[in-house]
Amino acid sequence: MSLLCIENLSLAIHGTSILKGVSLEIAEGEITALTGESGSGKSMTAFATMGLLPKGTVASGAIAFNGTDMLTLSEPQMCDLRGREIGMVFQEPMTALNPVQTIGAQVMETMLIHKAMAPEHAEERAREVLDRVGLPIDRFPLSRYPHELSGGQRQRVVIAMAIALRPRLLIADEPTTALDVTTQAQILDLLKRLVKEDGMALMMITHDLAVVSDMADTLNVMRHGEIVEAGPTAKVLREMRHPYTRHLFEASRHQADLGAAKAAAPLLSVQNVSRDYPLPRESLFGARPMFKAVRNVSFDIRRGERVGLVGESGCGKSTLTRAILGLEPTQSGKITLDGDPVWQDGHPNLTVRRKMQVVFQDPYGSFNPRHRVSRLITEPFHLLPDPPRHAARNTAIAEALIAVGLKPEDADRHIHAFSGGQRQRIAIARALIIKPDLIVFDEAVSALDVRVRAQILDLMADLSRAYGLTYLFISHDLSVVRSITDRVMVMRAGEIVEDRPTADLFTAPDHPYTRDLMNAAPQLPDFPEAQDAPQPAL
Amino acid sequence: MLGYIVKRLISLAMSLIVASVVIFGVVEVAPGDPASFMLGINAQPDTVAALRTELGLDQSKLDRYLSWVGGMLTGDFGTSYTYRTPVAQMIADRMWVSLPLALYALTLSTLIAFPAGIFAAARRGEPGDLAVTGATQLGVAIPNFWFAMMLVLIFAIQLRWFSAGGFPGWDGGFWAGMKALTLPAIALALPQAAILTRVMRSSLLDILGEDFMRTARAKGLSARQALWRHGLRNALIPVLTIIGLQFAFLLAGAIIIEQVFFLPGLGRLIFQAITQRDLIVVESVVMLLVFAVIMVNFLVDLAYAVVDPRLRTRV
Repeated sequence: MSLLCIENLSLAIHGTSILKGVSLEIAEGEITALTGESGSGKSMTAFATMGLLPKGTVASGAIAFNGTDMLTLSEPQMCDLRGREIGMVFQEPMTALNPVQTIGAQVMETMLIHKAMAPEHAEERAREVLDRVGLPIDRFPLSRYPHELSGGQRQRVVIAMAIALRPRLLIADEPTTALDVTTQAQILDLLKRLVKEDGMALMMITHDLAVVSDMADTLNVMRHGEIVEAGPTAKVLREMRHPYTRHLFEASRHQADLGAAKAAAPLLSVQNVSRDYPLPRESLFGARPMFKAVRNVSFDIRRGERVGLVGESGCGKSTLTRAILGLEPTQSGKITLDGDPVWQDGHPNLTVRRKMQVVFQDPYGSFNPRHRVSRLITEPFHLLPDPPRHAARNTAIAEALIAVGLKPEDADRHIHAFSGGQRQRIAIARALIIKPDLIVFDEAVSALDVRVRAQILDLMADLSRAYGLTYLFISHDLSVVRSITDRVMVMRAGEIVEDRPTADLFTAPDHPYTRDLMNAAPQLPDFPEAQDAPQPAL
Repeated sequence: MLGYIVKRLISLAMSLIVASVVIFGVVEVAPGDPASFMLGINAQPDTVAALRTELGLDQSKLDRYLSWVGGMLTGDFGTSYTYRTPVAQMIADRMWVSLPLALYALTLSTLIAFPAGIFAAARRGEPGDLAVTGATQLGVAIPNFWFAMMLVLIFAIQLRWFSAGGFPGWDGGFWAGMKALTLPAIALALPQAAILTRVMRSSLLDILGEDFMRTARAKGLSARQALWRHGLRNALIPVLTIIGLQFAFLLAGAIIIEQVFFLPGLGRLIFQAITQRDLIVVESVVMLLVFAVIMVNFLVDLAYAVVDPRLRTRV
């Protein structure tokens, strides 16, 4: 019999239907994945299993854990199950730990709250568990606080808390989405190892098909609160009976058609740029040590060239971006656009700034919710000495909106009326409206679902062909950069370790770090050519 | 942690120096003659001249500043012009009323606000929360002198549990002194408690939405356990800030309540000194209050570091 058996589960929050007849089973020692886009109901399925649904939720159906229907259990009974029989790991390790308690106290709490052992033994066990998740006691004593650890290390602490009492079921909700690829690979390996060693069941929630294909035994594809396709992972990915599964899969490996670059004279020139930040003093009156965020970086971007900048968090790519945009001065080196310095006499150079625009990562946070689209996308006009007015302004708005695939009528609406993908189109329209020489895309598609991401990448390729754009595309994800750049720079610890044409870099990476990045990124299996291939024995 | 304390101490000393220069500058160096100001427009020229000598106004400004600061450091605050008694003694007498009153009121307001704020936050949107929020609206809106008069009417005149005013001094025993301060402390504490309750409630509600609260629930903590073990300490930072501000206010801002209850406190002293143009007293009391505010802020800073380990390592 399966350990967890969800039957015909339906949820509604204040009358809005969230899940519609979801059924799935997970056996011990098995990894089951739930995948789908945001809003498909995968996280709600997990929270229903944990009994941690928001107020006002009405549930029907059954969630049988080890034969008991958990929907009928009281809150104290559920508290007893949580942490002891069912553990959970969350998406955002940076905020999932209490900042004012030591990691030891937080891991021990799992044991103590269930009165599983005496405090002395709990401390012993906490050491063991932290060691087991790869935080050895000599480097990570129990007295450490979360802010002293990196994102990957914090996620290990969260996993340690979840597995401290050897639960029979572990639920991991996007456990690696916020992490760099190399860290992601380590955390996924850790989860696989724990499942194998403890015979735990793992419910893995992820939007990333590549992660799933690598690790899950069974796969459930969710859409609009329903499971549209389910089965052994290899079989589902080979057959893809439901068109939605196929859409997801194709979007995940989408390659935009960029067209050839019309590379000409250099536009942006970065020469020997360095940027240091002071760190906290180590001793009371000692000198402040400096952190070299960017070390002696040089490169050119030619007019019409599409360049990618890839690196993990903390590698200096954001610092470099701020310097290029003239938001911060540099300590040494020179950045010029079309021959003019971006920073002059202690001030950003406004004539240069109006030739650059930027598109940010978060389509939700980067717009003022009180303004209409027409005002939002004409904001860059204030940079111009003589901005277009009246009819010319309206024409410019309409042109920009049409260029990004929206309608001129959308100018009168407010930003909340648009989805994440549409908002990112509006952000691109805002960048295009003053016809800048250079656009910086700062993780511009990282927050989007795969299908929306594919559309935005296509849009960028279209615009690039139509307008001959020059852009710098910054991302932590190598695979995204592949289809929409002519050249890729790989950055590590403040230095550019590899700078080559995209095609060359992906066929034969030179630098060991680039190879590490590529190997760490989960790969989708090849697209099935034959639909009627023999089914695997699973 | 040691580095943090030293940094705070340096900032404390700097603030005190700046404050003393500003207070000295405003009172002594500003246009007009302090002596003729203190004596009023009808004063005889020889009286003004005598006072000038007495105040040391014939010395250079730097000398006067240094002797003023030096005097305060050794406990010599000068002599009151109106009362002809040492200012240090006057302040010390009043301090024995104002400091206990402020601490008493602060303790009461904290004792009311913490449970009320936690109660309301744990029941967001429910009747209990609405009742507490409504009560805090009322507490902020009611003028405290009116509330003080109601307290006198009910508990002193009707029920005769407390005296209507005055302070017997601490010589009559601790409890007699506390009893005399009870009604004023309640009158002072009520609006402070209302404000503190609202801060506590909103701060806790912010924390309850944090990811780590969900993590705590996933470990098996009940909603109540999660609130007490993980929510409260994280919610304390804004609450501590308000407590620090309130203490500084209570120490000197109790003028009206001191008047209602005929209490010989610092508020009344400074009020009288201003009406009598006794600049020496004003200067000293203001400096003392500035010192108290800066000290309280220093203690609040230390409390932050105790509550939040992230601050201990930050520069």
